[in-house]
Amino acid sequence: MATAEDLTIKPTSQALLSDTAPARRQNLGQVIRWMLLFGGGVAMVMPLVYMISTSLKFPFEVYNLNLIPEEPTLENYQLVLGDIRFAWWFGNSILIATLTTVSNVFFDSLVGYTLCKFKFRGRYIVFIAILSTLMIPTEMLVIPWYLMSQQLGWLDTHWGIMFPGMMTAFGVFLMKQFFETVPDDFIEAARIDGLNEFQIWWSVAMPLVKPALAALAIFVFLGNWTAFIWPLIVTNSPEMYTLPVGLTTFSVEQQVEWELIMTGAAISTLPTLIVFLIFQRFIIRGVVMAGLKG
Amino acid sequence: MQLYRNLSIRQKQVVWAWGFLAVPIVFYVSIRFYPTANAVILSFMDWNLLGDKTWIGFENYVKLVQDPVFWKVFGNTFLYLIIGTPLSLVVSFVIAYHLDKVRFMHGTIRALYFLPFMTSAVAMAWVWRWFYQPVPIGLFNNFLASLGLQQVAFLNSTTNALPSVLAPAVWAGLGFQVIIFMAGLRAIPKTYYEAARIDGVSTWTVLWEITLPLLRPTIVFLVVFSSIGFLRIFDHVFNMTTNNPGGPLNSTKPLVLMIYDTAFNSFDMGYAAAQTVVLFTVLLCVSLLQLRLLRDR
Repeated sequence: MATAEDLTIKPTSQALLSDTAPARRQNLGQVIRWMLLFGGGVAMVMPLVYMISTSLKFPFEVYNLNLIPEEPTLENYQLVLGDIRFAWWFGNSILIATLTTVSNVFFDSLVGYTLCKFKFRGRYIVFIAILSTLMIPTEMLVIPWYLMSQQLGWLDTHWGIMFPGMMTAFGVFLMKQFFETVPDDFIEAARIDGLNEFQIWWSVAMPLVKPALAALAIFVFLGNWTAFIWPLIVTNSPEMYTLPVGLTTFSVEQQVEWELIMTGAAISTLPTLIVFLIFQRFIIRGVVMAGLKG
Repeated sequence: MQLYRNLSIRQKQVVWAWGFLAVPIVFYVSIRFYPTANAVILSFMDWNLLGDKTWIGFENYVKLVQDPVFWKVFGNTFLYLIIGTPLSLVVSFVIAYHLDKVRFMHGTIRALYFLPFMTSAVAMAWVWRWFYQPVPIGLFNNFLASLGLQQVAFLNSTTNALPSVLAPAVWAGLGFQVIIFMAGLRAIPKTYYEAARIDGVSTWTVLWEITLPLLRPTIVFLVVFSSIGFLRIFDHVFNMTTNNPGGPLNSTKPLVLMIYDTAFNSFDMGYAAAQTVVLFTVLLCVSLLQLRLLRDR
């Protein structure tokens, strides 16, 4: 706790009454705290480290505890990436996560803006109705969605995988909160300049909430990239699987070849990990924003 | 003249507003509300997906109450909740509380804790599944063997399997909770702490009397957020027990897995719908509890 505040209050009394032992004890405490925290952090990433390390090992070495492979190899990656199915699954996941993100950023902010900046009858009811859908769990809807997809011929299609996630109440709520920070004067001024309502939203209000849009995009993308239960239900041909569903099938096939399973797991995890490492500060700020406002 | 112009602008705006809302309203009605109603109606029917639907009243619910598997599953789901939520909250609070006071490499340590949150549950379930394998395959048991300790049956044991499946779920969510806790800690005004220091209050008293009470909204949010997550646990269980989903002997089976099985393996749609209504009710109770707790503040 040796912060600037300590220095402002303590030195006089401490310097007079005691030697430096408490200060030294405090420093030691700080070092122990730091070491425990750092050790805990390293332990947290160990599963990821072992996943990557094993994916670089030859089968004979897989069951050793050593972290750094004696003979590192990319053979597992060649084998797994050589499997055409991984290309399909990767492509499907990218496509679905991207399209749902674009749709969410567009519609959630449009609805959030409308509910925030327009005064009209029924807006409160619309807001409450949308918000109430937060209480409905996906798992309750999968059966009706499945039946619906069956009737409309959406089973085993990209559209079938992504239609349930095209808009989210969470996003609407988040964006409504952030549009509150956009001054009404800006919108009024744009209106006097002769912009129509869509132009005002798109070119005046939207640029002012970019950080919120980014936070929303991160959440939606990650959510769809890792989504499992609905893609598992709606798809049944391997060409249509998303990465998580594909990984499940692939791992079940492999049974005991853990180095290949770890490679598959690494391939589906590394993209998000790398993105995180690049945009770390930004992503954490976004998560806090979404978590606290949403 | 002035009045008329005002009115027309406002009317124009109303038209714009409903125009903006048109597509989303169609979406929410057809993809959220209609399916919800559909699930509830379906829960009163007997239907195997191919034959005719027959109205059977509350028979599915009666069957559910009399089904020993359902009670087992209900108990499991409750166990995931009652172990997972307090455990993850206490651990993440301790980490956040101390990390908040560390300056050296603060960002790096925070990133280490947060990294698992960016992974997919399916991939990590397989990594942990490998850890749990018996000697000579699994990492944990190899480690125990190298220390000369006794082997532990993780996923093959009816008592150990549930906590073993829960562990990666807690692990993956920890970073998010740490970040939210730290944001909550930052929001507490420094003046309270300064006042306490002048009064010579002990660190423990500060924690119990100032930090935790002022952190209440954050705690309530995280309790509800993680409770809902643990009540809906599925990805981890499904992937770690693919050879016998929910096994051994249903000892890890959560409600969502039972719903999935009933609907898409047994094709007993009405019965599965009744189970989803139960899940919905439980989640609704948790959310309403949150609203109450926040209002009491």
